[in-house]
Amino acid sequence: MMKEVIIAGFGGQGVMLMGQILAGAGMIEGKEVSWLPSYGPEMRGGTANCHVIVSEERIGSPFVTNPDVVVAMNLPSMDKFAPQLKEGGILIINSSLIKEEPDRQDIRVIKIPANELAGEVGSDRAANMVALGAVIEKVKIVEVDSILSSLKKNLPERHHKLIPLNEEALKKGMEAARE
Amino acid sequence: MTDKILMKGNEAIAEAAIKAGCRFFFGYPITPQNELPAYMARRLPMEDGVFLQAESEVAAINMVYGAAGAGARVMTSSSSPGISLKQEGISYMAGSELPGVIVNIIRGGPGLGGIQPAQSDYLQATKGGGHGDYRLLVLAPQSVQEAVDLTTEAFELADKYRNPVMILGDGMIGQMMEPVEFGEEISPEDLPKKEWATVGNKDRKPNIINSLSLQAEKLEELNIRLQKKYEKMKEEEVRVETYKTEDADYAIVAFGSMARIALSAIERAREEGVKIGLIRPISLFPYPDQVVGKVAEQVKFMLTVEMSCGQMVEDVRLAANGRCPVYFYGRSGGVVPTSQEIYEKIMELVRGEKE
Repeated sequence: MMKEVIIAGFGGQGVMLMGQILAGAGMIEGKEVSWLPSYGPEMRGGTANCHVIVSEERIGSPFVTNPDVVVAMNLPSMDKFAPQLKEGGILIINSSLIKEEPDRQDIRVIKIPANELAGEVGSDRAANMVALGAVIEKVKIVEVDSILSSLKKNLPERHHKLIPLNEEALKKGMEAARE
Repeated sequence: MTDKILMKGNEAIAEAAIKAGCRFFFGYPITPQNELPAYMARRLPMEDGVFLQAESEVAAINMVYGAAGAGARVMTSSSSPGISLKQEGISYMAGSELPGVIVNIIRGGPGLGGIQPAQSDYLQATKGGGHGDYRLLVLAPQSVQEAVDLTTEAFELADKYRNPVMILGDGMIGQMMEPVEFGEEISPEDLPKKEWATVGNKDRKPNIINSLSLQAEKLEELNIRLQKKYEKMKEEEVRVETYKTEDADYAIVAFGSMARIALSAIERAREEGVKIGLIRPISLFPYPDQVVGKVAEQVKFMLTVEMSCGQMVEDVRLAANGRCPVYFYGRSGGVVPTSQEIYEKIMELVRGEKE
């Protein structure tokens, strides 16, 4: 089993952290993982993405060209990465910000109003965790418990008070993806 | 659960250096290696070490020279343009026979270039780089774990040969996060004393560390000694990985992160029944000539893949020495060849060879 994921959005949406939490969860489960960020001159408002691979076997290229899963947190990300998805791949789109339809019929599209759902649990800044919830619900990649341990490891101590909120956001995303 | 930590290559190299007993770091910022000095700035003071952001790369490498002369384990890091600035100091270190570890997280060039990953400093790293007849020991990791392991080894090798060692990575190795494990920590106090170091000459004759030698015969003696050292490296320090070369009809030669991408292409070609293997030089100097030469006898062609316009391919051709054709595929300027591109190149060459 090897799952290749691209997570993309604009700077500030927490796409890098999302990828790190996912990779960290895979590591906790003893899997091979890699996390590769885009590191151009991006900043808040610019575009950012990371490539995450979770695998049972040795990982060759950490650079993902044909992902199994794309998480698009904004429209430019969908436009850029949806065409790269494998046939039958999963596209998770943040429908709070993306009203457009993807230009492909051969993929599964999951629309998650990540900002609204995150707002419901207390902060739309947790939209990344909502989307991550959708990922682990729709793609059997890692267990939810591993995500929670990984979240704890990846958040600096001073933000640990936000863990319950992030957990809620994760569960919202899982529920939304189930529907 | 594992004891592994998810770490960026840049940070992992820094931690590995500290665990190898390095307590001195001098550098100057440049993307894509900034996490390395940033990590050192945070961590070295905790170990009573010294982190210093120099006023320039030239100053930084001369501080490395000074700390190495005083017998300390010392590191500097930079990316391509910064490494070019350090070449004078690196040559002086080689000429003065000083150990030290230099990390180059390569970005696309020439000139100020870009900030995306490249391997276009291969020739600079392996053929001297600065002036004079000298060589660095050059180690090229393909993963974050290997970057850690090779950093540990780099300090040992630098001390063993009294020669600068270079860790040659690229933006991908530096920026990527992977799980890592660290080996045992070495305390600087437990390292063997360096009798040649300039640490005060009470009760003995002064030690002199210098690369100036105005008498031609004396300077030639130094050169002969250095060459012997490089010959010994060639005998003892070659590091190379081969993958599925036993039954191979064809072989790819690639190093660092490029080798991983090539590996994905190899797996795909194998699924199509093409018997292709991989030679991955880990030490770029000394170069694994013998392994490349041996595989060259067996295969119908070799394909060298690099993130450059073709630099290591020269060493592959020298090692193959006409025993098989050596082709090249590469992208440059920070563009990373995809496994798809490499796969297509393999298939095109295999078809051409059968015609």
